[in-house]
Amino acid sequence: MGLVIQSLPYLLLGAVQTLKITLVAVSLGCILGLVAGMGRLSRRRLTSFLATCYVDFFRGTPLLVQIFIVYYGFPQLLDEGQKFLMASLGMPQLLQTTHIPVFVAATLATSLNSGAYVAEIFRAGIQSIERGQVEAARSLGMTEGQTMRYIVLPQAFKRVIPPLGNEFIAMLKDTSLLSVIGYVELTRQGQLISGATFKPLQIYFGVALIYLIMTFTISRLVDYLERRLKTGDLDRS
Amino acid sequence: MTLIEVKDLHKSFGSLEVLRGINCNIDEKEVVVVIGPSGSGKSTFLRCLNLLEVPTRGEVIIDGTSLTDSRTNINAVRQEVGMVFQRFNLFPHKTVLENITLAPIKVRHLPETEAEKLARELLARVGLSDKAGAYPEQLSGGQQQRVAIARALAMRPKIMLFDEPTSALDPEMVGEVLAVMKDLARDGMTMVVVTHEMGFAREVGDRVLFMDEGLILEEGTPAQLFNNCQNPRTRAFLSKIL
Ligand SMILES: Nc1ncnc2c1ncn2[C@@H]1O[C@H](COP(=O)(O)OP(=O)(O)O)[C@@H](O)[C@H]1O
Ligand SMILES: [Mg+2]
Repeated sequence: MGLVIQSLPYLLLGAVQTLKITLVAVSLGCILGLVAGMGRLSRRRLTSFLATCYVDFFRGTPLLVQIFIVYYGFPQLLDEGQKFLMASLGMPQLLQTTHIPVFVAATLATSLNSGAYVAEIFRAGIQSIERGQVEAARSLGMTEGQTMRYIVLPQAFKRVIPPLGNEFIAMLKDTSLLSVIGYVELTRQGQLISGATFKPLQIYFGVALIYLIMTFTISRLVDYLERRLKTGDLDRS
Repeated sequence: MTLIEVKDLHKSFGSLEVLRGINCNIDEKEVVVVIGPSGSGKSTFLRCLNLLEVPTRGEVIIDGTSLTDSRTNINAVRQEVGMVFQRFNLFPHKTVLENITLAPIKVRHLPETEAEKLARELLARVGLSDKAGAYPEQLSGGQQQRVAIARALAMRPKIMLFDEPTSALDPEMVGEVLAVMKDLARDGMTMVVVTHEMGFAREVGDRVLFMDEGLILEEGTPAQLFNNCQNPRTRAFLSKIL
């Protein structure tokens, strides 16, 4: 127990990193997800096809593999891409890309992954708005865009808060996978301390407890937000 | 003056032919009541008049503008054609006042203060001045439908379409909505009303259309149709609801 308390500052430092990367991933994921979610609903075939490919790929493959592709695969892609470009221009290669920063890779992989899940959340949210709402707006002369912006999305946003909360919690736990590329978040920090102290049971139990506290708090927060929104007054768009 | 011209209007959903050649002209200030059995295509007909449904064949001309012409700006036409739905379809995340001012501000580009003034006038007209700040879910069905009428009127439309506006209401609330519609009719609004309220049809209808299986089978003044209809199908339908 004393050991856990001693290492607590380090673990908390890791927890802050975990929260940080989760926040970044889900925020960027929301932007990507809104685009991809509306893309899936687009009447333009190509748009909806591309959006579907994106969503299917990132939901249908393990996040760990996605992390490897980004962290180990992208530098190779950049390097060979540049080689090819320079060769076709008849110039020598300027610089060799051997790696990308861990934080960049972590952000990229988790955001792309989160975006795919958020896209499905937004798509379902948009589709859950009754047709009558759209018809009423269109019958008043609003364009498709105005109808989306003033009628559909504000109502959909309320409905997606609980599933978005779940996505945040899922992503918070999944960021532990980033430890494998050396991103120092909570799990990685636990690994380091456990390696130095040879007390894996206590340390990992402490790590688990901190995850639990974070997920529990967030889930309560989402519940509260959901209740506030139900009464309709947190709206003011 | 003819405000609505419908020529040989056809509408199919897949292989189901719902409208099978509707022809009718509606004059300015005329109140036309559409009756007919459920599934006969009344709603579809009405929805073709503001292009919520796209006709499969035929033409709809509103105030000289053909809706089926691909060059027509459909949003501009819709501003002139208000619609009231059976299920009200108020925007639940907006207050009563915001429900009414939204389209005038965003579509007609009315200044906010002016839109609000207009909305309050309309709310007074439908007898709901005290509900401006309420949310739709706080209102009764009859009140919601009156707000929906005010919302449509706020666009200053030339035509108002009503699709069974009282069918989803408890009986004691039907009267308050019909009263607003009668007031509107007396004021000279051009109206097309799908309804089973025969009292309303008799009192304010200039013409009644009887639809069955996607066609207008019979039409005439309320007196002609209700007291002396010619088609046996009309008689059978009327005997069921009168
Ligand atoms: N969007 C649609 N898709 C398929 N069938 C439809 C659609 N809208 C209406 N219909 C069908 O068209 C027929 C006429 O419907 P409607 O115009 O609503 O009749 P009414 O209003 O007279 O009851 C019905 O059989 C209905 O099931
Ligand atoms: Mg109907």
